[in-house]
Amino acid sequence: MSAPSPNPRLEWQKAFGESRLRDAPFQTMSGIPLEPVYGPDDGEFPGAYPYTRGPYASMYRSKLWTMRMFAGFGTAIDTNLRFKEIIRAGGDGLSTAFDMPTLLGLDSDDPMALGEVGRCGVAIDTLADMRDLFSGIDLGNITTSMTINSPAAVLLAMFVAQAESAGVPRAKLGGTLQNDILKEFQAQKEFVFPPRQSMRLVRDTVAFTAAEMPRWHSISISGYHIREAGSTAAEELAFTLGNGFAYVELARQAGLPVDAFAPRLSFFFNAHIDFFEEIAKYRAARRIWARWMRERYGATSERSMQLRFHTQTAGVSLTAQQPEVNLIRTAIEALAGVLGGTQSLHTNSMDEALALPTEKAARLALRTQQVIAYETNVAHVADPLGGSHFVETLTDEMEARAEEIFARIDEMGRGSMLEGCITGIEENWFQGRIADSAYELERAFNRGERIIVGVNRFLEGNEEDSLDILKITNEDEAKQRQRLGQVKHERNEPAVLDALDRLAKDAVDPEVNLMPALIDASNVFATVGEMMTTMAGVFGRHVEVPTI
Amino acid sequence: MAAIRVLVAKVGLDGHDRGVKVVARLLRDAGLEVIYTGLFQTPETVAAAAVDEDVDVIGLSMLSGAHMTLAPLVVQAVRARNSDIPVVVGGIIPNQDVTELLEAGVAACLGPGAPAEEVVQTVITAARGERRRQAV
Repeated sequence: MSAPSPNPRLEWQKAFGESRLRDAPFQTMSGIPLEPVYGPDDGEFPGAYPYTRGPYASMYRSKLWTMRMFAGFGTAIDTNLRFKEIIRAGGDGLSTAFDMPTLLGLDSDDPMALGEVGRCGVAIDTLADMRDLFSGIDLGNITTSMTINSPAAVLLAMFVAQAESAGVPRAKLGGTLQNDILKEFQAQKEFVFPPRQSMRLVRDTVAFTAAEMPRWHSISISGYHIREAGSTAAEELAFTLGNGFAYVELARQAGLPVDAFAPRLSFFFNAHIDFFEEIAKYRAARRIWARWMRERYGATSERSMQLRFHTQTAGVSLTAQQPEVNLIRTAIEALAGVLGGTQSLHTNSMDEALALPTEKAARLALRTQQVIAYETNVAHVADPLGGSHFVETLTDEMEARAEEIFARIDEMGRGSMLEGCITGIEENWFQGRIADSAYELERAFNRGERIIVGVNRFLEGNEEDSLDILKITNEDEAKQRQRLGQVKHERNEPAVLDALDRLAKDAVDPEVNLMPALIDASNVFATVGEMMTTMAGVFGRHVEVPTI
Repeated sequence: MAAIRVLVAKVGLDGHDRGVKVVARLLRDAGLEVIYTGLFQTPETVAAAAVDEDVDVIGLSMLSGAHMTLAPLVVQAVRARNSDIPVVVGGIIPNQDVTELLEAGVAACLGPGAPAEEVVQTVITAARGERRRQAV
């Protein structure tokens, strides 16, 4: 297995021949037939270790990337309508954005939730909201991604409870839980419990899904937020994969064999505006993951070594000035994701430097992907930039820079990436590096070395401020509180108390998996806030030391 | 003349701290004395910290869309402590919200993409404006 194949092209041809292909004419506009991949016979091929050129032999010839548009705002009923619009418009995966209170495990009637309910995403308090969210959507047939971290186990439990009450067994559910708590401490900052206690919940969800939800991706290891918080591309790459190694070590410590859970790990990267650097980043990511999984963690299953990832275009690259220009930025970034071989893609809307997208802006963002997919022919050939002297060199450079950072994390953890990641968080190492890089970028902008169209150059047109943006009124907040009050009034209170009591008992014993208790609590309409508060009673709460 | 003291703060549940940290460093490099509250503050804790630290100006960083609710509450909490420390709001603040925020007592707003110079000048102007009023 470790020796390179004597004939890489033959091996690839065999795998390609076994793939089912999409029905499309694989040729240029003027009729020149296109090979599925180009390169020397003894070179690297997609679908073969170390997967630099792609995880699958046939790549987009079998299946285009999933056009997965992130959506969520207001009440579950509002978001349900947006989901149905996405499905009608040809989107083929759902991705749920939760509001800030939900992300932090607070109910909509919590005093801290004031002004935030339904604003950045959908408000979910109980199973009743989860039912509204997916009403009329067949969860056995569409995959659902949930961007949730600190309360990930709680929302997964509610999702399972909802699906099962709608008649879809958990084993049939396909989708992804973000569940990447390490990057919350490093970058996104939506944390609740301290790092080590948080990792116990990650372990529980990984073990639970490995045993009971074979189609579910338990963690989406996310560089997106690390980059948005200001890291460089190399830091995004290294911190993300470093976190991935930490989760692998965590699950192995819990006694799971690496090939039992690693195939269900997926990744989530940013597509920023530096076109070739982004493509090199994705290529390096696949190669590094494959090598570490095989050599350091002893994976033998191909799927454990194949890095699959979701991409989102860079929110931070969007400007409030001349917002229509954001369509162009997003198109270029999306193209980098596709040329880099992404498995799914979210394109930001042009109005997102100002607010959540309007329906029209979100549709245009999806159209951007459809133009790339169906008009440009770029998806016909796998890894079309492979073999470019420039892109290969940049790929090697990204890999080398990432390896330097891994060495540092490993050193902090004295030979454990898991310990290194936690120590690095506790010592503010990741946070400090990200803040330094963000400041460096800002200074380059202020010195005029970094040009942003419409912001520090080409300002004509800035005075036109014509874009209609989505307004979310406080009515949604009031509606959601009322809804929560009603659910609490109608539920069986003793059953809720019993369920929370059991959750507290289970939480005390670190050997117990908390998922069954969370599903039971969800089924009796315990709220997200109640479950999180119960666990916080055992785990404590994390407070970040403020540093500039 | 003593350095201007500024409290930069995050209120509510918004964890986006890239902006607040960049602005804190910009202000520090411009010679201001900067104190950062950390995340997840309430209008009350921000007002209390501002008064305790005797700052000249408060800079609120808001990216979650809750500015229309929370920024006026910060102003009110400061005024309730008999203080007229000015409050500058920066972040994802759509133009159409600015008038209402100013009417609610916010001293100035900084939208996305505001250059460093404008950020520093706005904060200094807000701080000095307040001092002049105190001197009258």
